[in-house]
Amino acid sequence: MANLNINIGKLQLKNPVMTASGTFGYGSEYSDFLDLSRIGGIIVKGTTIRARQGNPYPRMAETPSGMLNAVGLQNKGVDYFINHIYPTVKDIDTNIIVNVSGSTIDEYVETAEKLNSLENIPGIELNISCPNVKEGGMAFGTSCLSASQVVRAVRMAYKKDLIVKLSPNVTDISEIALAVEAEGADSVSLINTLLGMAIDVEKRRPVLSTITGGLSGPAVKPVALRMVWQVAQAVKIPVIGLGGIMNASDAIEFMLAGASAIQIGTANFIDPTVTIKVIDGINAYLDRHNFQSVTDIIGALEV
Amino acid sequence: MKKFMLDLSVKENKILSDQYHLLILTSAEKLPEILPGQFAEVRVDGSATTFLRRPISIHYIDYDANELWLLIQVKGDGTKRLAQMTAGESLNLLLPLGNNFNEPVEKDASVLLVGGGCGVAPLLYLGAHLKRNGFKVNFLLGARTKDDLIELCEYERFGNVFTTTEDGTLGERGFVTQHSLLNGSNFDYFYTCGPTPMMKAVARHALKTKAICEVSLENTMACGIGACLCCVTDTTEGHVCVCTEGPVFNITKLKWQI
Repeated sequence: MANLNINIGKLQLKNPVMTASGTFGYGSEYSDFLDLSRIGGIIVKGTTIRARQGNPYPRMAETPSGMLNAVGLQNKGVDYFINHIYPTVKDIDTNIIVNVSGSTIDEYVETAEKLNSLENIPGIELNISCPNVKEGGMAFGTSCLSASQVVRAVRMAYKKDLIVKLSPNVTDISEIALAVEAEGADSVSLINTLLGMAIDVEKRRPVLSTITGGLSGPAVKPVALRMVWQVAQAVKIPVIGLGGIMNASDAIEFMLAGASAIQIGTANFIDPTVTIKVIDGINAYLDRHNFQSVTDIIGALEV
Repeated sequence: MKKFMLDLSVKENKILSDQYHLLILTSAEKLPEILPGQFAEVRVDGSATTFLRRPISIHYIDYDANELWLLIQVKGDGTKRLAQMTAGESLNLLLPLGNNFNEPVEKDASVLLVGGGCGVAPLLYLGAHLKRNGFKVNFLLGARTKDDLIELCEYERFGNVFTTTEDGTLGERGFVTQHSLLNGSNFDYFYTCGPTPMMKAVARHALKTKAICEVSLENTMACGIGACLCCVTDTTEGHVCVCTEGPVFNITKLKWQI
């Protein structure tokens, strides 16, 4: 049994497997299927300063080896999270990280400040990459200037671990990663969904109410892996890799490319126990290759 | 209710018509309790273009025989694969998911279960459940043509069966909501599942006659357990997940234009 412990910025994880925001609810949705305390970290649903209804139905389209979503950050707001959800998740023996989004810098800051006081929330993931909202979201994550501004402002207000989730819908993701590193991000997670589209030819209409949406699932994995590789070369802070991971082998690919931890998203919809299988699979891989620790495979790609 | 991920085995695949199959599943273990109106998320292996699970209504449960029935309408590649399953093959399901139909408060209530197309699926189990609890059950089932009106003898075990076909090949000609039954009798409760225009027409009739009406929605889903928020419908309480707050809704809760 190899050592699976890994530190990401200020976070201590019992293993490198986390769940991606928006795919695992608040954890409780999955508790009938698995022991939540076995997971390294749970990144809960994107949270905003005020409640959001999200986009109209239809919000989802199945695509080859993946899916498009256009949920649009539906959530009940940070105060609801603090008063009603936090009490139910705070004692789960894992890292509960809140994904934070906003339409303005002030909204990001205000939400982060409120979460700063929650003892059992060791970090937040700043979502500057949601493709499904009209204002804010991805707009912050697609230029170095705006990404820097929002991370700088949140960094001043939020003292615990700060992960910044990057958008792949940019020309050079490394530049954005360097910009948020310079402003004090503890780590970066990538990739958020790729902007995509689906059309119903019989109706000659878009499938999604928002016309475009975010592509996830194994269809995006090679793109995500390439971006994780590029960013890991560029920055000194840890990289959390995600994008289409379906099994332990996929997870190990991201770690070899330089990710210190990984997130599993869309795969939870097909197998609610996939996180446990990935943890066990990574462990078996380490044993099989005589690695003592999971840290031995981070960036161990030989080129 | 506790949810399970189970591998059930196919006991029989009955071909009901060119587009409908009945998959009878069983297990070495006792099947969990499932309520009428609930559904399963079925993983489709061996279909290259089917990535997500498919939400499928529980058609019927026979606890004595430890059988779970799924009615499969062949629509795309995933349901085509399900329709090709043979006895002994294994099928992975998440269940039981969603809420359930609520039985009438009054024991002497007159109830009508209205189904169209594959939407008839949850009504068989609901009818069986209502009959077992002492209600007098009436089914009104509609389809395009008589070949698509399947398993009528199964429904007849639990209540009176009235039918319509659009081409008049069986029962009254037209849509279910044009059936003479709706002019002649007053029902206290309507339970309906099928195409949205049909359910809206049933809802309209129920509102007009001051009856209670529950509909089962079929929004496209990803997770089926309230995590992804993809399957929402607009209600008096805002967007809610059909997979957890539904699939069954009282029409007074929905923001339908009816």
